[in-house]
Amino acid sequence: MARIGVFTCWCGENIARTVDVQHVAEALAAEPGVVCSLAFKYMCSEPGQSLLSRKIAEERLDGLVVASCSPHMHLRTFRKAAETAGLNPYLVEMANIREQCSWVHHDRKLATDKAIELVRMSVAKVRHNQPLNPIRVPIVRRALVIGGGVAGIQAALDIADAGYRVVLVEREPSIGGKMAGLSETFPTLDCSQCILTPRMVDVAQHPHITLHTYSEVESVEGYLGSFRVTVRKKARYVDIDRCTGCGECWTSCPSGKNASEFDFGLGRRKAIYVPFPQAVPARPVIDAKACLKLTRNRCGVCLKKCQAGAINFEDQDQMIEEEVGAIVVATGYELYDIKARDAGSSVSGYGEYGYGRYADVIDSLQFERLASASGPTGGKIERPSDGREPKTVVFVSCVGSRDRAKGIPYCSKICCMVNAKHTMLYRHKVHDGEAHVFYMDVRAGGKNYDEFVRRAIEQDGARYHRGRVSEILEQDGKLLVRGIDTLAAVPLTIAADMVVLANAMVPARGVQQLAQKLNVGYDEHGFLSESHPKLRPVETNAAGVFVCGACQGPKDIPESVAQASAAAGKVLVMFARDHLTREPEIACIDQRSCSGCFTCLQACPYQAISRQEITDRAGQVLRYAAQVNPGLCMGCGTCVAVCRSKSADLAGFSEQQVYGMVESLA
Amino acid sequence: MGHHMDLLPHQLIRLVQLGQGARAIRADAIWQCVSCQTCTSRCPQTVDCAAVMDALRQMAVENGVAAPAQKRTWTFQQAFLQNVRRNGRLSELELIGVFKTRSFADDWSVPGLWKDSLLAPQLLRRGKLHLMSEKVRDRGVVRRIFQRCEETTAGQPSLESGGSHE
Amino acid sequence: MKIGYYPGCALHGSSNDYEQSVRACLQQLGIQLDELDEWICCGATAAHMLNARLATALPARNLALARQQGHEQLLAPCPMCSMQLLKANAELHDRRVRCEMSEIVELPLDASVQVLNLIEVLQQVSCEEIRHKIAVPLEGWQPACYYGCLLTRPPSIVRFDDPEHPQSMETLLRICGAEPVSWNSATRCCGAGMTVANEETVLELSHQILADAHAHGANCIVVACPMCHVNLDMKQGAIQRRDESLPAMPVYYLTDLVGRAIGLDDRQLGIDRHFVTVG
Repeated sequence: MARIGVFTCWCGENIARTVDVQHVAEALAAEPGVVCSLAFKYMCSEPGQSLLSRKIAEERLDGLVVASCSPHMHLRTFRKAAETAGLNPYLVEMANIREQCSWVHHDRKLATDKAIELVRMSVAKVRHNQPLNPIRVPIVRRALVIGGGVAGIQAALDIADAGYRVVLVEREPSIGGKMAGLSETFPTLDCSQCILTPRMVDVAQHPHITLHTYSEVESVEGYLGSFRVTVRKKARYVDIDRCTGCGECWTSCPSGKNASEFDFGLGRRKAIYVPFPQAVPARPVIDAKACLKLTRNRCGVCLKKCQAGAINFEDQDQMIEEEVGAIVVATGYELYDIKARDAGSSVSGYGEYGYGRYADVIDSLQFERLASASGPTGGKIERPSDGREPKTVVFVSCVGSRDRAKGIPYCSKICCMVNAKHTMLYRHKVHDGEAHVFYMDVRAGGKNYDEFVRRAIEQDGARYHRGRVSEILEQDGKLLVRGIDTLAAVPLTIAADMVVLANAMVPARGVQQLAQKLNVGYDEHGFLSESHPKLRPVETNAAGVFVCGACQGPKDIPESVAQASAAAGKVLVMFARDHLTREPEIACIDQRSCSGCFTCLQACPYQAISRQEITDRAGQVLRYAAQVNPGLCMGCGTCVAVCRSKSADLAGFSEQQVYGMVESLA
Repeated sequence: MGHHMDLLPHQLIRLVQLGQGARAIRADAIWQCVSCQTCTSRCPQTVDCAAVMDALRQMAVENGVAAPAQKRTWTFQQAFLQNVRRNGRLSELELIGVFKTRSFADDWSVPGLWKDSLLAPQLLRRGKLHLMSEKVRDRGVVRRIFQRCEETTAGQPSLESGGSHE
Repeated sequence: MKIGYYPGCALHGSSNDYEQSVRACLQQLGIQLDELDEWICCGATAAHMLNARLATALPARNLALARQQGHEQLLAPCPMCSMQLLKANAELHDRRVRCEMSEIVELPLDASVQVLNLIEVLQQVSCEEIRHKIAVPLEGWQPACYYGCLLTRPPSIVRFDDPEHPQSMETLLRICGAEPVSWNSATRCCGAGMTVANEETVLELSHQILADAHAHGANCIVVACPMCHVNLDMKQGAIQRRDESLPAMPVYYLTDLVGRAIGLDDRQLGIDRHFVTVG
């Protein structure tokens, strides 16, 4: 005969207001097998847990039901308490009488009746519970970091500095990400490259970091502690181990009119190029679409000039397999592209701003390149159309952001600070220039942030207008920016020489496909979903996969770096363990009754089922039966549902347990 | 049109939000709006500003508080509807005639009365002026449609009952 | 190809040159117009300003007539009419509105009739076919394509082209050999139905449009709206009296230029009845 204890929680007022908890406790005391039934104000509190432990010992309990909140909230708490008291944790069940009862009902009588039934079902289940032991899985102490911007660099360095190996995969030819292209950073105005490039070099020289640039994650298999990742190394046409970075190739390349991706189209580059002087690795790549040799089989000058013999026009994409135990995703962001009109895109608009039609309407990342000493103008503010110094510049906030009509309801968070910084950079370089900012609100929450915006206005003379720009027109070589100053309630037209649009931050292209490979969720805008917005901000619902930086939501450099270190910390917590454990609630197949139809093998979404030979003592194969790989099984129960011979069952959710619950309702 | 308006569109919307629609419906601005729909198509908050303008105009006329300075605009629109009600289709000549007489009664401006008449011979010469108005055969149904629509608009909530933030 | 046709009051009134142009051009392109019998006014600005019910009921009556007379598609060359019809159509998707309106207009209603503006009808003729019919390419023509308000706005109702940077007229005219200019006023308002009631507004707004077309090197303006034509063509004399430096700018309907390209003459298209003439 079972000895079951039932503990009904008041959850303060949360449950007790709607459910008569005392009555529930009394009703359950009469259930067969229940030897102790109590109600307590806060079961999760220290006294509540002590009560639990004490009763386990006193009453020699062999099954436990806690009727309280959702198991998501506290199942782990109560199982741990039971374990401390010497009871197998898997003999503990919870009945959710808060989210599924007291919070959603008003009638006290009916809610109490329902609560009794819910608890009774859990008692019926726990009668059939078996002690289970967590599955130990080995751990590969090696991490994959996807994305080599400032967040990915930080995460990779932190993990590597702790002594573990890191594989860093970057899509572009160089690491550095968006930050490498910024001029100066808020709120201190320190040079972006001066603070970033030493860290890029650290990555390149770190003995524990393997760097794959110009590479993308092709596929991911396996599970927490043991992922098999295939990386596609795109054809670079340059052997970076042989190459010395001397520069003979790109100085002699005749194809020089290609828009530079790093300068966002404001500068030009050769067909063989290093994206920027401080690139890591400082090795060139050939743009196959621009190279005369690769497109028309002419030229080949670089091949002749290269003394190291590093040029290889026959280069092909290569697949590399990497074994890792944890994955950090840091794929970052890009700006909402006004010109792009994807058929499937929910975001479109801003034709009224003339971006793409007027050369002098640029976006904020392009302005960064204009202001950067390493940029196409050498740091001189010159407008793209005619190279003249603009004497009036208008900065427009919230282009895309906070605009439900255009499909982006969220705030991009960085633009207010970026605008303030841009007005300063501009005024520091063009002393007689006018800088105007149109804004909806100035959001400058952060250490020294609001002070920074005030400095732009008070010391550097930026003119802030609260209101939106309705349209931008071109007339006589000027851009007429028509907007409103709502504080003065006057429509304004500013004849500007250049306009800088603070376009919304959107996740980097392709992140959704990557998320699907990793089984990580994402929201309607494509930002990756963290496991809990407050308490598990860098974890994802895919065990062993962590997120940091702007791929999870708009954020600035300090926040991205902090989050990257947090993600690295979580990886190190994993690596510090001897082994990892997984929940033992997985499927098992009774090979004695398995008929070998293998419907389960086809139905399993995790490829966790395989065929096994059943042999006699002499080693003769008698038949084949299905077998579950405990490392791959996620406990979804699909095999149980499809099994014709009723040979599959799920530990912790056995048919006996589930039918017991259903029958208790009858 | 913003620079001609006594209250700007965002101020009108804000007044309505504050429960001070009674001020909004007295504004000249609602009659200066040309219903170009630009506000509606650019509003980041998806407010249909043009439709709000229409609602304000209807309330202004129903409550008898339409801006006197803009009387020409609303009497013209009223004359337009009366004309359609009678004929089913617009008779331009009849509309201009009725409108001129009414606005003459208001400001006694003889040049105003004759201004557009100078265009008449030019229109006639270009075959653009129709002395006989075009009518639909079943004018009864048109009249009934008007009657039913006028019935259903009566009894709409009044802005006067809005909250006060004076 | 045969298509239902809702002329609207303007095209049967002082803008009958527009109707002439539309009919001539479409006939040449092989499109027969079947005029809706007993159509009534769409209510225009007056209805939506003064009586919201009427602004739905009047176009709804026309949609019901179109349905009754078996038209699947209905061309309304006046953008005010087509917008009003489209807006009513959108509202008729709501069952409650549909039942109520059906009683008001005394005819059964659904939202099945497809309302088209003039450009959409021209787009139904393939580019190849137009190109094939071109007799007199529009060489040297640099039109400023003027869309005004209601061809593209409100975008949620009319769902036609990019509301901020429409290019459909440009595309058609390029096929005809013209070189449309890039300018600022393509979607600005000319003052619309304020012509009589508030002439000041019309003269000011239309003046800006004419001046902008001139500043961007256009030698004519192309419209697809009767009110735009009235304000820019008929009122151009009044505008020039205020600004004598403003050169004359002929204003054509879209079908005038397409019609010329496919070999029609000015008399057939009614161009001789415009106010502003050049050359």
